[in-house]
Amino acid sequence: MPIVKLLSENFGRREARDIRWYRDHGGYEGARKCLFELTPEQVVQEVIDSNLRGLGGAGFPTGRKWTFVPQESKKPKFLVVNADEGEPGTFKDRQILTWDPHRLLEGMMICCYAVGIHTAFIYIRGEYVRPAEILKQAMADAYREGVLGPRCLGKDFTLDIFVHEGAGAYICGEESALLESLEGKKGWPRLRPPFPAIEGLFACPTVINNVETLSHLPRIVVNGGKWFAEVGSPRNGGTRLFCLSGNVKRPGVYELPMGTPLRELIYEHGGGMLDDKALKAVIPGGVSAPVLAAKEIDVPLDFDSLIKLGSMLGSGGVVAMDEDVCMVRALQVISHFFAHESCGQCTPCREGTGWLEKIVTRLVEGQAYSQDLPNLMRVAGNMIGTSICALSDAAALPVRSFLHKFNSEFEYHAQHRRCDVEERKATATPLARSAV
Amino acid sequence: MSFEYTPENLTKLQEMVGRYRVKRAALLPALNLAQQQLGYISPEVEDYVAGLLNVPVVDVHEVVTFYTLYKQRPSGRHHIRLCRNISCWLRGSESIEGYLNQSLGAGEGEVSQDGRFSWEKVECLGACEIAPMLQLDDDYYGSLTREKVEEILKNVKD
Ligand SMILES: Cc1cc2nc3c(=O)[nH]c(=O)nc-3n(C[C@H](O)[C@H](O)[C@H](O)COP(=O)(O)O)c2cc1C
Ligand code: SF4
Ligand code: FES
Repeated sequence: MPIVKLLSENFGRREARDIRWYRDHGGYEGARKCLFELTPEQVVQEVIDSNLRGLGGAGFPTGRKWTFVPQESKKPKFLVVNADEGEPGTFKDRQILTWDPHRLLEGMMICCYAVGIHTAFIYIRGEYVRPAEILKQAMADAYREGVLGPRCLGKDFTLDIFVHEGAGAYICGEESALLESLEGKKGWPRLRPPFPAIEGLFACPTVINNVETLSHLPRIVVNGGKWFAEVGSPRNGGTRLFCLSGNVKRPGVYELPMGTPLRELIYEHGGGMLDDKALKAVIPGGVSAPVLAAKEIDVPLDFDSLIKLGSMLGSGGVVAMDEDVCMVRALQVISHFFAHESCGQCTPCREGTGWLEKIVTRLVEGQAYSQDLPNLMRVAGNMIGTSICALSDAAALPVRSFLHKFNSEFEYHAQHRRCDVEERKATATPLARSAV
Repeated sequence: MSFEYTPENLTKLQEMVGRYRVKRAALLPALNLAQQQLGYISPEVEDYVAGLLNVPVVDVHEVVTFYTLYKQRPSGRHHIRLCRNISCWLRGSESIEGYLNQSLGAGEGEVSQDGRFSWEKVECLGACEIAPMLQLDDDYYGSLTREKVEEILKNVKD
């Protein structure tokens, strides 16, 4: 596979934050092409043809999503950019915001032109203080140069963009919670319908897209949707920023075509496992994604292939774990996260996440009750499909996968009230280890 | 102790309110601004912001307690957020936690004797490529070892 860099070509290049440099290198040409040569309908069609899918996690086809927004609307329409990046294992939007803020702004212009939007908000997580500063500087430059504002690029098209800082809550990455938060409330997800495309921000039609999704638009417009589709795998257009972390030699963001095998990401791009230990498990799409065992890593990284495997591509956060990781402890870390982040609105999720953490903690601490493993499965089962948003499922499905794929470790904890991985680590000599 | 924005902050808030169709939407930005000014959100801040934005005080309080970045009491002059989530845990965040405990002489959520530092464990900060990592005030630091944290803390001036 030839290396195609559509999103990451400017990573590490400080000068790309400068609007003049960005424009000198083809920047804002996609927006210009839209405004001056294409109708909004043509832009939407290019995006549909591109097979671009939402890269915030759900993978919904972007062009189709835009068509749900009514063309004629008495109320104003809004674009809300999801820059709340909170899925553990995910750090790609931060790279775009930090290194290529104009690409995001240009993508937003393209979306707004296509859907007929004149006001946009970027909801950025409160911890991203430096990225927000960079973004605001880029916006100030774009206004000064007439790229944004009352006459974008000199065309009779108005677009105003505002940055809105969050205040720390993973659930606000969920789109309807994000809207609540943007309206000055606590981040409680909304019951749907109505969907945001009809009644979103301030009960007006709203498009919500992720930072990475929008940043793909300039190249899609310049090179054409069909071209973009061909870069990826069937029904999964283009490239994606894969976030590789955990026990690998070279953690980082790698831009690869959709459909690249997981093995290639870990062993070629990531340099393999630290200290050449054996791979045990991989979380392929942020901690909401069910875990994969080492033998499953020949899967192509695209939305459809991972669903087939019972997991999901999610946010593209790939976390690799080596042979010395206790899977019970790993699940404890994850269960603690969900218990902490459940908004508390639905009983199955609020109570379920609490129980999952409690039971897994008992297993870790050597205080398992006899029925703990079946109880874990039962609690998880009661959380699936019974709540307002997807967090509940996201907390439950990984539990099932951990127990299913690493059953012997859980059984050992339950029966012996000890950790077999720790024991093996303590007794193994370096030689015995290399033989594993 | 009553609270009021500085004149500059009041101007900033008025500009922010103008962005939204409803005044209340400026609540998070308003609280962020107040926290920057005072260091935390006191009950007086809640009253004041509630009045400015025409939001019931209970709603403001509900928001303050929902979001983790709002502090309800003063923290150290410098605040550390240590990531405890999966990628950082895999790369040894627990050892850094032990080090902070020991070297600051303050447990999680406490302020060090000299008032300079406070720290807490947080969920993923979106920087897992530099795990284990922490946030000190507004900046991220990664690939932490005990020695590196020592160095970082030593370089904090006041
Ligand atoms: C619990 C939860 C957390 C989410 N967090 C994020 C997030 O941090 N960033 C994001 O872009 N999408 C997140 N999403 C997905 C959004 O709800 C939504 O699908 C996405 O922003 C749509 O944009 P896209 O179509 O461009 O992906 C989350 C979803 C759930 C259920
Ligand atoms: S599923 Fe959980 S996080 Fe989602 S709305 Fe219900 S309680 Fe809140
Ligand atoms: S897990 Fe620590 S920054 Fe993501």
